[in-house]
Amino acid sequence: MGIQFYVQNALGGLAYGSLLFLIASGLTLIFGLMRIINLAQTAFYLLGAYIGLSLVGQGWNFWLAGLAGGVLTMALGLAVYSAFLHRYHADPLTSLLLTLGFALILDDGILARWGGDPHAIAPPAMLGGSITVGSLVFPQYWLALIGISFLIAAIMFLSLQRTMLGVIIRASVDDEEMARGLGVDVNRAFYIVFAAGALIAGLGGMLGGPITSAYPGLDGELLPLAFAVVIVGGMGSLTGAFVGSLLIGLVNAFGKAMFPELSYFTIFVPVALIMAFRPQGLFGRKL
Amino acid sequence: MSVRTRWAIAAATGLIVALLLPRLGVPTFYISLLTQTWIFAIVAMSLDLLVGFTGLVNFSQAALFGVGAYTVAIGATRFHITGFAEVIVLGIVAAVLTAALFGLVALRSEGVGFIIMTIALNEIVWGLAYQWVSVSGGDNGITGIVRPHVGPFDVSANTGYYYVCLAFFVLALALLLIVVRSPFGLVLKGVRETPRRMLALGYNVWLYRYLALMLSAGFAGMAGVLFAWYNQFVGPVTLSLDQTTQILIMVILGGIGTLYGQLFGAFVVVFLSNELSAVTQRWEMILGLVYFAVVMYAPGGLVALVPRLWARLRGRRAALATEEP
Repeated sequence: MGIQFYVQNALGGLAYGSLLFLIASGLTLIFGLMRIINLAQTAFYLLGAYIGLSLVGQGWNFWLAGLAGGVLTMALGLAVYSAFLHRYHADPLTSLLLTLGFALILDDGILARWGGDPHAIAPPAMLGGSITVGSLVFPQYWLALIGISFLIAAIMFLSLQRTMLGVIIRASVDDEEMARGLGVDVNRAFYIVFAAGALIAGLGGMLGGPITSAYPGLDGELLPLAFAVVIVGGMGSLTGAFVGSLLIGLVNAFGKAMFPELSYFTIFVPVALIMAFRPQGLFGRKL
Repeated sequence: MSVRTRWAIAAATGLIVALLLPRLGVPTFYISLLTQTWIFAIVAMSLDLLVGFTGLVNFSQAALFGVGAYTVAIGATRFHITGFAEVIVLGIVAAVLTAALFGLVALRSEGVGFIIMTIALNEIVWGLAYQWVSVSGGDNGITGIVRPHVGPFDVSANTGYYYVCLAFFVLALALLLIVVRSPFGLVLKGVRETPRRMLALGYNVWLYRYLALMLSAGFAGMAGVLFAWYNQFVGPVTLSLDQTTQILIMVILGGIGTLYGQLFGAFVVVFLSNELSAVTQRWEMILGLVYFAVVMYAPGGLVALVPRLWARLRGRRAALATEEP
């Protein structure tokens, strides 16, 4: 195994990690703020992918279709949140069970609308080629995805650290009651975070589509990976989600290349280590 | 009549009906579904021991169930272990050992943390079953499992096997009822309600949770063994997260913390999914909606819902209000 093997898998791993970040960032923020474990988060991803796919089929531009998929997914997420989940934000078990039921319903709805066959999603034409450096060949789209994810991560970090909304979110995570006592509209922050989580996951479906494609059951496959990210990074930490995503993406890529029979297992090696020695995750606080 | 007598009569009537059903000309298809109901009731009760009595929402119950099932399959096809008693014991031991490992990791956290850890643990086992093709057969699973003889009896036919599963269900229900009424069971309830206070009283909360997890795994493994013989095929679906979800739905639908309620939960899920799948392709959605409605509007499950509706029908709302503490 030469250097080519490592570079190739490292790039693939980073690209896969980037798409995991689009799912796990929402998962971790929604949990950190509202104590809701959103098991429908990867179903949001899948829904976004299918909506985007349909729009591209009607001649839409890739990016616009992805954005529309994200916005529609966000609208659905907000509807479910305000109608049902909102009441249970302090009750992790009930809200978890509700998101589980919602994921089942959404899955079956997707199956009813788009059928059971896998759909490939083509990257936008301008990024369809590949880059060759010496004997290395990798798709341009991988690099684009890494870039976009890093950009989204940067926007999220800046919003959390530099805006009034970010201050409110961080304050509510630290001490919700105190924030409420000071007259902060914490509920508004709840809505915004849930909406943002659904938007990014839905958008992620289209962005990640050229790598994962779209098929029923994909959400079930991605969910454990997203959880692995959140466990490794620490529940509620955006930094943790970022580092965790890249780590899990890399472990996934090298695991698949080196131990094909046990690749799924290898992803959980870092998870098991974290669980044994640092249950709160790399950047998390004790649960 | 005291409550106790009424319960005894209800249980005896239920058992007699269950024993007679195969003799009353009920179609084999339904006998087969009922067999499945007994099996899933066992694993649902085992999960209820954790969710309802210990306060541990274990999302890796399907893995424990599946370990029991895979023990049968791997034992039969690789090691030619096919005796009835030895396979049951092996399946239970394998599930308990798995739980002993899981507990070391998952019980380092509580509440939501425990849920997330057990989701991950379930997926690890699923990943092994799915990808370790040389041992588990991968996605194709393992076929060629043959139902054993129980002593002198051949139970390979559906009716015979129905009775085997019924017997195990009754055994499991009786044992679990004894457990939750024992001093050990009372400590578990204390751990569920106020772990901190139990700690202050000198109980080793961690150890009680650990023991409950292993005990529950024993029953889950037993159900897994029965399921492998029932289905005569074991695949990764048997221990998927979806399977955990389905078991959890049975627990909630039946009524958390009741044990006997899980029989109704298992019955509804098994029959609904089979009957609905014959009528419509959208049965999963309907099941999801039912489940959603139960979580929202009937958190006590069917066991709590039915008497309430019944009382309302008979206009006993006032009487009911005074009965409730």
